[in-house]
Amino acid sequence: MSGKPHAELPLEPERYELRAAAPYRFDLGRRDFFKFLGAGLVVVSVLKPALAAQESGGGRQRRGDSLPNDIGAWLHIGENGKITVYTGKVEIGQDIRTSLSQAVSEELHVSMDNIEMVMGDTRLTPFDMGTFGSRTTPTMNLQLRKVASAARDILVGLAASQWKTNPRQLIAVDGKVKDTAGNRSIEYASLLNGQQLTQALSAEDPLIPAADWKVAGRSVQKIDGVDFVTGRHRYPSDQKLPDMLYGKVVRPSAFEATLLSVDTQKAEQMGVTVVHDGNFIGVAAPTSQLAIAAAKAVHAEWKAEPQTSNRELFDYLRKNTVEGQDVTGDGDRYEAGSVDAAMKSADHRLQQTYTVQYIAHVPLEPRAAVAKWDDDQLTVWTGTQRPFGVRGQLAEAFHIPEDQVRVLMPDMGSGYGGKHTGETAIEAARLARSAKRPVKVVWTREEEFTWAYFRPAGVIDVMSGARSDGTITAWEFHNYNSGSAGIRTYYEIPNQRIIFHAVKSPLRQGSYRALAATANHFARESHMDELAQAVKQDPLEFRLKNLKDERLRAVFEAAARQFGWGRSKSAGQGFGMGGGYEKLGNVATFAEVHVDRTSGEVKVLRVVSAFECGAIVNPDGVRNQVEGSNVQGLGGALFEAIQFENGKILNGRLSQYRVPRFSDLPAIETVLVDRKDIPSVGAGECPMIGLAPAIANAIFDATGTRLRALPLAPDGLKSR
Amino acid sequence: MATIRLAINQKSYAVDVDPQTALLTVLREYLDLTGSKYGCGEGQCGACTVLIDGKAQRSCVTRVGSVGQKQVTTIEGLAHGAQLHAVQQAFLDAGALQCGYCTSGMIMSAVALLKQNPSPSESQIVDFMDGNICRCGTYPRIVNAIQKAAKAGSGSAPAKGAGR
Repeated sequence: MSGKPHAELPLEPERYELRAAAPYRFDLGRRDFFKFLGAGLVVVSVLKPALAAQESGGGRQRRGDSLPNDIGAWLHIGENGKITVYTGKVEIGQDIRTSLSQAVSEELHVSMDNIEMVMGDTRLTPFDMGTFGSRTTPTMNLQLRKVASAARDILVGLAASQWKTNPRQLIAVDGKVKDTAGNRSIEYASLLNGQQLTQALSAEDPLIPAADWKVAGRSVQKIDGVDFVTGRHRYPSDQKLPDMLYGKVVRPSAFEATLLSVDTQKAEQMGVTVVHDGNFIGVAAPTSQLAIAAAKAVHAEWKAEPQTSNRELFDYLRKNTVEGQDVTGDGDRYEAGSVDAAMKSADHRLQQTYTVQYIAHVPLEPRAAVAKWDDDQLTVWTGTQRPFGVRGQLAEAFHIPEDQVRVLMPDMGSGYGGKHTGETAIEAARLARSAKRPVKVVWTREEEFTWAYFRPAGVIDVMSGARSDGTITAWEFHNYNSGSAGIRTYYEIPNQRIIFHAVKSPLRQGSYRALAATANHFARESHMDELAQAVKQDPLEFRLKNLKDERLRAVFEAAARQFGWGRSKSAGQGFGMGGGYEKLGNVATFAEVHVDRTSGEVKVLRVVSAFECGAIVNPDGVRNQVEGSNVQGLGGALFEAIQFENGKILNGRLSQYRVPRFSDLPAIETVLVDRKDIPSVGAGECPMIGLAPAIANAIFDATGTRLRALPLAPDGLKSR
Repeated sequence: MATIRLAINQKSYAVDVDPQTALLTVLREYLDLTGSKYGCGEGQCGACTVLIDGKAQRSCVTRVGSVGQKQVTTIEGLAHGAQLHAVQQAFLDAGALQCGYCTSGMIMSAVALLKQNPSPSESQIVDFMDGNICRCGTYPRIVNAIQKAAKAGSGSAPAKGAGR
C-alpha cells in the first residue's frame, strides 16, 4: 500500500554515528570454531543474500577456511544436553534474552532453563550489525526458531536411525525423542554420544504456526531476573580485573576545540600513568579518586571557535542544509501526483511549522569499558549496542586487525539508540596500552550528557490542502535535520511531496529510540488535527476517512474504544490522539490532559495505546515496552531539551535536565492487538511515536492553544 | 587516608580511604559490592540507594567518614541465601524492570518505605519514590510491585518460595 513503502527495514540516513568508522571484519576459521565448541550438534543459520548484506554491513566476500559471512546465528547441543545459542544481538533491557530463549524452547521442545544465550561476544558469536531498529524479533527470532526446528528434526532423524524406525512415528518432547508406536524415549544428549555433527540451514523449514505456540506467545518473567533483583548481575561498569586501574580523560573546553598546550608534570608526580597522544589526554590510577585528582592536575589550554546556541537553532538548521554534499541519503525524497496544482484547487489550505529540540538518551548506566592488552591482543568489556562496530572502531584506532580485538558486551544498563559507539572502549584501551595494566573508564553523568550524541533537533514544514468534505488532496512535508524515519504519510493522499533535508548539525547527533519517527509523527499527527479543525470534522473521523490501511485503522479503533473517545469533558480537560506505522508495527495513542488555567500546569492524566506487532512472542514483555515507551516519551513530549551555547552543554546534569519521574506518571492502559497471522516484529520503538502528538492535540482540546514545538510545555503554559 | 570501619550487611569491614570519599565508591571499588549503582553522582537518580540504619540514603553523596558504626544494608544484604526479600520477589512477579540498572536503588527505597509505612497508598508510594529514576519507564510496574510487597506484608521477612 502507498503508505507503507518499506517491506524490509532499511538503514535510516539519520544513523549518523554508524558511519563514524569503517567497518572491517575477520572471523574465526571454521576449524577453530568447531574446536572451541567440542562434540555435539551444531546448527548454523544461513541468511538469504539480501539479509546477509544488510546484517553484515557489507556483504564482503570470504575466502578459504573462514565462516561465510551470511551466517546469522548458531545453536549447539552439547553432549551434556546443554543448549547454547550464539547470537551477536545484545540485551539492553528489551528482554530479548528471554524472548529469544522462548523461541528456541518452543521449536526445540526443551525447557527454557536448559538454554544458555551467548550474546554480543565478537569472538564467540556471529557478526551482527547491531541491536537497533527493532530488528531482533523480525530477524533473529525467526532465525533461531529455524535453527532450533532443524536441530529438532536432526535429533529425531538420529533416533530413527538408531532405532531403525520411521522418523514419522517419532516426536520430540521435553528434551527427548519419543517413539509414539513403542514405549521408548531417548534424551537428546544420548543421541549425540561423542559425535560432532554440523548442519548448515538454508531451507525454509516449516515452523510451528503462532496459533499453536506453547512457550512463545505466553508471558514469561525475565529469564535471569533473580540476578538483577539481587544486584548480582555485573553490568559493564561493574566489571573488574586483577591489577585494574581507573582511567579519567581530560576533556576539551568546548566541542571541536583543539589543544594548544598541555602541562602534565604535576599529574605525573602523583604516581599515575599520564597519556598525551594527539588531542587525547588521560590518566590511569589505582583508585578512581586519584584518577580524578590527577586529571584535574593536568593543565591544558584549548582553542575553540564560536559556535551556535539553541536560541538560534531552528534558523540555523534551515540555513545550513547540505543537500547534494551528504552521503546520508540526503534527498530522501518522495513525489506523487501534482502537489502544486492540488494545493491551488483545495477548499482548505494549511501551512504550519513544527520543531523538535535536541534531547539526550540519559541511559541510567553511563558509557563504561574495561580494556586489557595481552601483547598485541586487545580485549574490551563494554556497554554498546554494536559490539562488532566497536571492534571495528578499536581496530581502526589502534591500527590493528580486527581479529586481534575481542569485544564482550555484558547485559547493560540501557541504550535507547544512544550506545552505538565505542568512546569508553577506545579511551580505556589507550590508557591500558600505556599503563600496561587493565584500565576501566566509566563516564560521569556530565560526560555522558556532553560527549555522547543527541537525538537530532529538527524543523518540519507542512503544507496541506483538503476538500470541504474532509478528503486530503495535497501534502507537502519538509524535514530539516531530524531525519527521515517515519517521514512518509500513511494517509491516502494523491498528491505528495516529501523531502528530508540533511543539515550540518551544530551538535554531535545520532540514533535515538524510534529515530525521527517521533518528530515526523508529531508534525504529521498534529497537522492532521489542525486540518480536521479546518474542515470541522472530528479528529478520529477525519483520520479514518483518509486512512485505508486496515492494521492502522484497527489500532486507532481499538484505542478509541478503550479510551472512550467522544466522551464529554470538564473545564481544563482535553483529549487527543496520535498514531502511525513504524518499524513494521502499528500504534495509536490517546491522551487525556488537564491544564490548570491559573498555574498553567499541564498534567497528562491518562494514556491509552493500542499496539500491533504481528504475532506476539512475550505479551508481558510487549506491554512493558509499550508502557516504557509512553513513560520515556513523556520527557521528549513535555520537557526534555538540551541547552547549549558556544560548544558547551548548559544543562548536562540530572539536577538540570528533567526526565520523567514517578510523579509525572499518567494512568497507562495498553491494548495489545495480537495478529497470529502476521510475522512477529519488534516492539521497542514504534509504541513511542503516538504520544507527543496525542498530548499536543489534547492540550489544544483543553485550551484552544496549539503548541507546535517539542518539548511542549517545559514550564507549563504560564506565559500563555 | 584513614582506616574507616564499616558495618555492612551485618559484616564488619576496615578500609583505608580518605573519609571524604563517597560511600558508593567504597562499596563498589574497595568492597566489590557492585549492586549499588552510579547514575548521577549528585543524589538525583537514586540508583545508589542503600539503607543506613534502615533509612534510604543516596550513597553517592554520603561521605564514608560520616557513616560511623551505623548499619549499612545494600542490595546484596537483602535476601537470606536463596530466599528473596518480599520486595525483590514482588519486582520479579510484577515484571518491574527492563534493563534493571535502577532496580537495586528502587528496591532499597521501597524497603525503606515499607518499613516506615507498611501499607502505603499509591500517592504515598509516588511521593516517596520520586527521587528514583527509571529511564526504561517501568514506574507503573514498580508501583504495582510495591503494592504487592505491601500486601505480602513485606517487613523484613523473606518471601516464600523465592528464587528460580
